[in-house]
Amino acid sequence: MTVVEVRNPGLGSARGRVWRSLLKSPLGLTGGIMLAIVVVLGLLAPLIAPYGPAEVHFDAPFQQPGTVGYILGTDDLGRDIFSRMLFGIRVSLQVGIMSVVLAVVVGTPLGLLAGYWRGLDGVISRLTDVTLAFPFLIIAVGLSAISGPSLTNAAIALGIAQIPTMIRVVRGETLRIKETDFVLGAKTMDASGVRIIFSHILPNAVSAIIVQATVIMPVAVIGEALLSFLGLGIQPPTPSLGIMLSDAQQYISRAPTAAIFPGLAIVLICLGFNLFGDALRDALDPTNSSRK
Amino acid sequence: MLNYLVTRLWQSVVTLILASIVVFLGVRQLPGDPALAMAGEEATPERVEAIREQLGLNESLITQYLKFVGNMLRGDFGQSTRTGAQVTDLVAATLPVTLWLSAYAIVVAVVVGVLLGIIAERFRGRWPEWMANALALIGLSVPNFWLGILAILYLAVAFGLFPASGYVPITQDPIQGFYHLTLPAIILGTSLAAVIMRQTRASMIETMKTDFVRTARAKGLSRQRVLVRYGLRNSLIVVVTIIGLQLGGLISGAVVTERIFALPGFGKLTLDAVFTRDYPVIQAVVLLITVGYILINLAVDILYSVINPRIRVGGKS
Repeated sequence: MTVVEVRNPGLGSARGRVWRSLLKSPLGLTGGIMLAIVVVLGLLAPLIAPYGPAEVHFDAPFQQPGTVGYILGTDDLGRDIFSRMLFGIRVSLQVGIMSVVLAVVVGTPLGLLAGYWRGLDGVISRLTDVTLAFPFLIIAVGLSAISGPSLTNAAIALGIAQIPTMIRVVRGETLRIKETDFVLGAKTMDASGVRIIFSHILPNAVSAIIVQATVIMPVAVIGEALLSFLGLGIQPPTPSLGIMLSDAQQYISRAPTAAIFPGLAIVLICLGFNLFGDALRDALDPTNSSRK
Repeated sequence: MLNYLVTRLWQSVVTLILASIVVFLGVRQLPGDPALAMAGEEATPERVEAIREQLGLNESLITQYLKFVGNMLRGDFGQSTRTGAQVTDLVAATLPVTLWLSAYAIVVAVVVGVLLGIIAERFRGRWPEWMANALALIGLSVPNFWLGILAILYLAVAFGLFPASGYVPITQDPIQGFYHLTLPAIILGTSLAAVIMRQTRASMIETMKTDFVRTARAKGLSRQRVLVRYGLRNSLIVVVTIIGLQLGGLISGAVVTERIFALPGFGKLTLDAVFTRDYPVIQAVVLLITVGYILINLAVDILYSVINPRIRVGGKS
């Protein structure tokens, strides 16, 4: 199958226009920069971090931020907060990506089917209703009860909770694209339903899926931190921003910074995705184009 | 209208049945044999078998399911394996805490969210709108449990404005009760307020563009009056919808808020049950939250169709 990119000679490719529009939006650019910082910190955590995330220094507990060797200070066990934060960001992104992938991989085909074949719509809608009936925390509680709390279970719980919205988004896009002239044209040329879905509807629904993914990501990152904070997510010694917050709450008056920095990291990730996602939505929305 | 209600009711019943099957099958997946757990380590195989028989574990899955549903409908959730207390009593003791907290948080979120939404609309393109937007973005990006920790640190411990933890039943001492719940309710309501603000602003902007608003203005009604009479009424629809959509987040938020402020609510009951593998309590909690969630969503949809006549005619959302 060949991919023909629609080009408009005067205006450059559609992709170029989206990038230009993104770069022109100051908030989107800020979000993009925040994300770039977070991703680099997370990816390079093992290289940047001065210590291992679980490395204990009993001789140096509760160091103030700015202490030589411990740029953001240490916690009650003398673990370097900066190092733990870097690995925590890495884990947050990992769980976020896992749940986004789960939501996309399960939600997209179901959304396409529900939107394209009316007969399947009812069945899939009931299934989404049932999934929606379980708040993500309850899914996490159930999974923890069955097979113990873990990183994978946290990602699965967060992913499952996002599948219904993904189905709805893709279903809505499918319903819209199904009525466009090029799909009607393909139908008159006797293209099969599968072919229409994969070569006409899916490529046009991709931007909506990407935007939805940027919406899921911060929700999953906060969700992971929340589950780990409650003890239902990642288990020590794996570092997590949520666990750091939960630990820090024990000695909050003694070392408030131990709670402040991990929280700021979560905010940075979420603000980045929210700002970037908003700008991306505007850039991908043809009715909102800034072109004259 | 009737058609819509019947369809919606029917859908909720199907969802309830399917959800109860999921919970029932989920409970069967839990590790450990309940009969073995009850009999204890030293029990003879005959004794275990007798308990299995007594618990009905040897019957067909369908019979077991029907019994399970029957017990739930009678409000019989069994006993906590940890304390031996009736699960129903545990629920009755903790649920009011969570309901008060959630209701208080919703009120705070609606008042703050709608107010900021109106301000943002009223001062479009000027600094108040910018401030309101920034607040909403922060509300969406800051995890409420972190906000809770900071609030305890700065508002409760450092300045002593609010109690850092503890619970006084509102029915016992309303003033102290609300005072103790104020900080938790604000924390729980933050992200909800942010979503409500964004949607109220968007709906207000839309409403102010409509023909009927232009007519009202042309007839000499002041902008303020139009905003209150038409804008607010429309934003009510938005608020009701959002509360329905955000309910899941509110439940999760309540659990974590209770944990931070050490409130003896439903969330604490849930977490304690998970950490001590108290299966009857877990089962009851999961089922109750799910049923409550489905019923509240049904109520929201019905309320929605009452406020917004367009839904009734369409029949499908």
